[in-house]
Amino acid sequence: MTLRTESRFADPDAAYRLLVEAHRTIDPAQSAALDAALVLLLANHIGDHAVFAEAIAIARSVVADVKPA
Amino acid sequence: MWDRLGAATPMLAKGVQWQVGKVFLRDEQVYRFDLLAEPGHKMPAFINLQQYYAEAFLVARAGELPGIDLRWKNKVTAVTDRGDHVAVTIDTPDGPYELEARHLVACDGARSPIRAMLGAAFIGETFEDQFLIADVKMRAAFPTERWFWFDPPFHTGQSALLHKQPDDVWRIDLQLGRDADPEVERRPERVRPRIERMLGHGDFEFEWISLYRFQCRRMERFVHGRVIFAGDSAHQVSPFGARGANSGVEDAENLAWKLDLMLSGGNEAALLASYDTERVQAADDNILNSTRATDFIAPHSEYERMLRNVALGLARGHEVGKRMVNAGRLSQPSVYASPLSTPDEDAWGAGPPPGAHLRDVPLGDGFLTDAFRAAGCRFTVLRHGDGPPVAGAAVIDAVASPLFAARYGTRPGDAYLLRPDGYVAGRFRAAATGAIPAALHRAQGEARGAT
Repeated sequence: MTLRTESRFADPDAAYRLLVEAHRTIDPAQSAALDAALVLLLANHIGDHAVFAEAIAIARSVVADVKPA
Repeated sequence: MWDRLGAATPMLAKGVQWQVGKVFLRDEQVYRFDLLAEPGHKMPAFINLQQYYAEAFLVARAGELPGIDLRWKNKVTAVTDRGDHVAVTIDTPDGPYELEARHLVACDGARSPIRAMLGAAFIGETFEDQFLIADVKMRAAFPTERWFWFDPPFHTGQSALLHKQPDDVWRIDLQLGRDADPEVERRPERVRPRIERMLGHGDFEFEWISLYRFQCRRMERFVHGRVIFAGDSAHQVSPFGARGANSGVEDAENLAWKLDLMLSGGNEAALLASYDTERVQAADDNILNSTRATDFIAPHSEYERMLRNVALGLARGHEVGKRMVNAGRLSQPSVYASPLSTPDEDAWGAGPPPGAHLRDVPLGDGFLTDAFRAAGCRFTVLRHGDGPPVAGAAVIDAVASPLFAARYGTRPGDAYLLRPDGYVAGRFRAAATGAIPAALHRAQGEARGAT
């Protein structure tokens, strides 16, 4: 299995919005914890070490000034 | 292993068995777990026993065996490799003497003077967090369970561990952080209020207080010519998972039968190389597991602390979090990627693969581990059903044991070849048991051209 990076939501704008709204009323520390909880839940849902590693590599590549792991 | 050495009976009589562990975050229980040992084993999954008891029982057992010469207050001061033997200079209260030996097994601890004499490196990671161990004696109504707290109200921001040892001694392990002053923190008047806050009373006495940092490191190789390192002298891990003394004795057991084969003309180079390969792998497994636990308990950064607390938060209601919470994983025998193993030729749906330790199962009136001991803890063919003798090996016939067939994935006529340390050297379907002599040869380090 490889990481699927094509768009998969029927309504990507709504998915983006869902995440934004989840963070609207909380402070930055709570936001960081919320994202961490989401990552652990979703990574577990994928349940594949190689796919998770691939996602981490792509994520690092889009964060400014972070070298690939 | 301890049973094979003949030391398990007093250990079981003295040790404390526990099944249930509880993990707390702040003042709330996050989850509880049950060790749920597989049924049909002679030995429990785990006992708590002070190391001085384990050592005393081993010393007593050594006294029952011929040919073991324990010499107290003997200190190695020099080691010289003379090509065909090693010369050891030993200091005693009655003066020094010299000993010559074909091999020297250096089991002289984490600060190994012999390792220093050889100038061998001992490389790895030192963790900055300090931990306080207090053994307290009390008559407590606490259940015999392992309790682990993250960030408890009585010890804010740190971790704490409580579990029971024999003689009404309770082991308390408190994380103190990086900046604690060890000279101050070890003072009983400083420790007492901490423990009182934890227990909710002051009705206890100290048996022992110690402060330490964890180290995870090992020698690059355990065999240096005629000097072979075993135990803490070869590798050191943090204490999460009972990997210290246990892995040291596993080293010894792995090495003992190979030395024995070498004394009767076995292939010295191959056997010693296999000790190095197998036990370095085991040390790496232990270091990996104990490093992961240590990092979870003592996070390196604010991010790691946050992630850890999120995992604990998820653990309250969700299996996904529970499986990530790591307050120490109990050690399991490594599965050796060993040159002594014969790889599977057939498909096996169950059972320990080559390089894995045997798995106990009821057999006859006792257990497989009893039968293995009765067979002399030597190369043993363990087969489903009965058959003719096998040259150079003992035989255990597992007849009419449905649990054996399930646990080992066997059908009538199938066979496992066990090494003297109870590890699987190879396994064979009924039609392929003709390969057992070659596998035996290979497991003894005598394979020619096999890879």
